[in-house]
Amino acid sequence: MHEAMIAENILETILAQTKTKAGKVTRVVISCGQINAINDEAMQFAFEVAAADTICKGAKLKIKHIPLKGICRSCGRKFDFDLYDPKCSKCGKSDFSIGDDAPLLLEEIEFEKK
Amino acid sequence: MLGVRKNLMKMKIKIGKKILAKNEDFAAVNRKFFKKKNILCINMISSPGSGKTTILEKTIGQLKKKINIAVIEGDLYTKLDAERIRATGVQAIQIETKGACHLNADQITNALHKLDTDNLDIIVIENIGNLVCPSDFDLGETMRVVVLSVAEGDDKCRKYPQSFAKANILLINKTDLLPHLDFDIKKVKKDALKLNKHLKIFEISAKTAAGMKNWFNWLTEPRTPVSP
Repeated sequence: MHEAMIAENILETILAQTKTKAGKVTRVVISCGQINAINDEAMQFAFEVAAADTICKGAKLKIKHIPLKGICRSCGRKFDFDLYDPKCSKCGKSDFSIGDDAPLLLEEIEFEKK
Repeated sequence: MLGVRKNLMKMKIKIGKKILAKNEDFAAVNRKFFKKKNILCINMISSPGSGKTTILEKTIGQLKKKINIAVIEGDLYTKLDAERIRATGVQAIQIETKGACHLNADQITNALHKLDTDNLDIIVIENIGNLVCPSDFDLGETMRVVVLSVAEGDDKCRKYPQSFAKANILLINKTDLLPHLDFDIKKVKKDALKLNKHLKIFEISAKTAAGMKNWFNWLTEPRTPVSP
């Protein structure tokens, strides 16, 4: 449940951004890479718990999973790398290089002004 | 005022901030500290029961006359592991996470204040036994070591790829049990290297000391300080 800590950090960032504004947050968009191992259900639950009693209460959380890019050294193809099945999606070989994983990012929020 | 609509205005606010920025800031502080003091800091990650503490006990026993080691112990509630480490005669700081599944960089920053770091060569952080969560949290370490014991099964690299993809070293421990198990060590090495071709792998048994020499040699080999 590292999602709990991530949810706390999301809330802290949002509250810091909105502290001078009156209203409530209705939607939160985050993105993550593959190595972050974010479980959607756990993340939704953790967010709901962290958001209770804040201006984010009831806000919808959208989680975007950004694929990890691999480049096959055999056929040269750029492909979405599946950590759980690490091979080239075209030729099936497992000689490849992996790009950088996307960071955990708080992308945007939707704010309803009073 | 009856019938007047509340003036609600919806707006999108772009934020684009790293969610774990606070952790990364503390990790950067720690990394800078290790570099300044020329300390090799190792973040040790594994499932519970893989033998991290035993590996440390044996490592300290063998190397403490040559180099100065200290340990930061992460545990959910108990101080058992820190007591085991202190019994070997080196400094150990306990971080009790009260149920949290991983260590954060700020906890390490705090622990460093409690350690006498003068003349230290190596600090080992024994993370919480968990192959998922700790891999997301940079502690500012110089090297990340993942431990896998053969009793856990040979599918762990496939099931928990995150931990292996981010490690520098893989210690395959409890190899003395191999004759009793269907653990395909070649397959594990192949799977691990697929995820991370730079991974250095040592097969060890902390219990019988088989293979431990290679690990000791790696720990004590001269290395150029890493850039922060």
